[in-house]
Amino acid sequence: MAELSYRDAIRSTLIEEMDRDPSVILLGEDIGQYQGTFRVTADLLARYGPRRVIDTPISELGFVGAAIGMAMLGLRPVVEVMTWNFSLLAFDQIVNNAAKVRYFSGGQVDVPLVIRGPNGAGVQLSAQHSQSVEAFYAHVPGLKVAVPATPAEAKGLLRTAMRGKDPVIFLEHAALYSQKGEVPDGEFALPFGQAEIVRRGRDVTIVAFSRMLGVALEAADRLARDDGIEAEVINPRTLRPLDTRTLVESARRTHRAVVVQEQWRPYGAAAEIAASITEGAFDLLDAPVERVTGADVPMPYARNLELLALPHAEDIVEAARRTLYRSGPGLRPSDGGTARA
Amino acid sequence: MVERRAKTDPVGDATSSSGPAVATSPRQPVDLASAVFWYRQMVIARRFEEETERDFRRGKIGGYLHVYSGQEAVGAGFLAELREDDIFFTAYRDHAQALFRGASPGAVMAELFGKVTGLARGKGGSMHLFDVGRGFYGGYGIVGGHIPLAVGAAYALRYRGTDRVCLCFMGDGAMNGGAFHEALNMAGLWGAEGLCPLVVVVENNEYAMGTSVARSSAVTDLASRFAQYAIPAERLDGMDFFAVRQAAARVIAEVRASGRPQAVEAVTYRFSGHGAADVFQPYRTKEEVERVRLRDPIVLLEHRLREAGLLDDAKVAAIHEEAEQVVQEAVEFAERSDPPPPEALYTDVYADEP
Repeated sequence: MAELSYRDAIRSTLIEEMDRDPSVILLGEDIGQYQGTFRVTADLLARYGPRRVIDTPISELGFVGAAIGMAMLGLRPVVEVMTWNFSLLAFDQIVNNAAKVRYFSGGQVDVPLVIRGPNGAGVQLSAQHSQSVEAFYAHVPGLKVAVPATPAEAKGLLRTAMRGKDPVIFLEHAALYSQKGEVPDGEFALPFGQAEIVRRGRDVTIVAFSRMLGVALEAADRLARDDGIEAEVINPRTLRPLDTRTLVESARRTHRAVVVQEQWRPYGAAAEIAASITEGAFDLLDAPVERVTGADVPMPYARNLELLALPHAEDIVEAARRTLYRSGPGLRPSDGGTARA
Repeated sequence: MVERRAKTDPVGDATSSSGPAVATSPRQPVDLASAVFWYRQMVIARRFEEETERDFRRGKIGGYLHVYSGQEAVGAGFLAELREDDIFFTAYRDHAQALFRGASPGAVMAELFGKVTGLARGKGGSMHLFDVGRGFYGGYGIVGGHIPLAVGAAYALRYRGTDRVCLCFMGDGAMNGGAFHEALNMAGLWGAEGLCPLVVVVENNEYAMGTSVARSSAVTDLASRFAQYAIPAERLDGMDFFAVRQAAARVIAEVRASGRPQAVEAVTYRFSGHGAADVFQPYRTKEEVERVRLRDPIVLLEHRLREAGLLDDAKVAAIHEEAEQVVQEAVEFAERSDPPPPEALYTDVYADEP
């Protein structure tokens, strides 16, 4: 075990895999000479040279597409998008080529491609730079979507992504890069499609990923302390594939579930997860599955509005109380559950 | 206001058009003997495409259907010179190119018929033919979307230390999309390091679907536009098999040696509509099509081979008869093949089990 930051967990995995496999190459904007916008690729140009660490023009469509072509020829490109917001410029390449070429070629090619970079809101980056894109990509068959919440997950999931044969959307969170945590040594890898029960509890299941996992754990502590409610917190780790079995089993035990996401509410990841839980645990649920999400607006700039637009621990606490029909300071009158509180 | 150039004229004496001069081949081509083989391939491809149009009308082929008739000399000329271990990408007008590369006509037809014996097991259809075993990395349906893939593939070939090249066919319409410009800029950059052995072949067939080059491109001298990306480019008569083949041999050899991209604008024409649904073709006249048909690349090649004493009436008739037989066998194969089994629906989505 070593204590590493989320950033260094990613960086050290890139180094380990590049040392191990010469077919691994990196592409992205300012990942070389500039050392990477979030310094995830610091010193890698000096270490591996310009053939393996390629500073690209500001051409997301172009370099993501080129990386797909490299992957089809057997290289293992890891593309850094400076932020996932910019991936929308490459949306056609990701959705129409990376995700589908294996299928429409009748299985003749693999696309062992990883696209990674920061996702979600930062601090006052406003509407174009604060998006959380997991639902865009998790919607698409042929892609895999990883959402690491801790340094250990960042390392373990990235290794699995880099050794697989399929295109992986690897969503880091900018707010987590400096977070530290214990990371297992050696060739530690985490499988896709296996959720982790991060905290055991009997009263309500809370599902959260990426930065929202920490927020959910804070909410669970408060629920235990203030309400005597023991929440079970589950981190899906990957949204595609999604470990519905673990989520459903937990909800069948607790009879209640709250799903948390940073992105917009309509058609979001939480909707998919809530639907899966409802399908699998309907007869054992004692309350509708709650969703705690970002506000359904483009991200505003003003700090007070931005904070209002993002989910906080208190929102999760309130949602959990609603599923238990407990009253709380933020209980919405329309929820109508007070009679049983 | 900038005066626009007159539209490119693929017809007649190419040098008489107001565009730049188009190279034509000398009268003594280097490889006459194998040209008979390529004449045969072009005749088969033409007959194949006529058959696909008929089978589309018969309801045997669904979806979209874009045929190559009129452009055969371009695909044949370049693929005649591509080495066996080289690779190529193309857009959705891909049937003839698959055949020129050696794909079985039965497997191509079966793909169009949506059968499991098809080149992509019935999952791709007309626009997504693939024969990776022969270095054919696919047909793609989004205009220009395959160009970045070809640039990356070329990089991969050189990164691995091989002298293989990657060829990328595209239409004139693809040159106005962002994918072209982003990808070719990177090709220019990587080529400067000798890391992008890419041969770009623009098949200028005069129309981006129904919009002519003059109505869609501010600069109609398409070859000149590659200068923006430090990529040498030339323009040639895409109806003249020998002109295409000679340029292909030279360009491919240069790209193989240098690792730097080069481009060719082959001025050609499609005789059929853009796709099977393009019935009335309101963007061009019948007279225009008839006029270009006078320079049918197959007829031109036949004329040259007759002049050289390599073809006569009997040989031509035999080749056409053989083409008919090849195509009929392809149709029969496609007809009697099975559609993909239901369980194929969920295969080939992922390589690793999700």
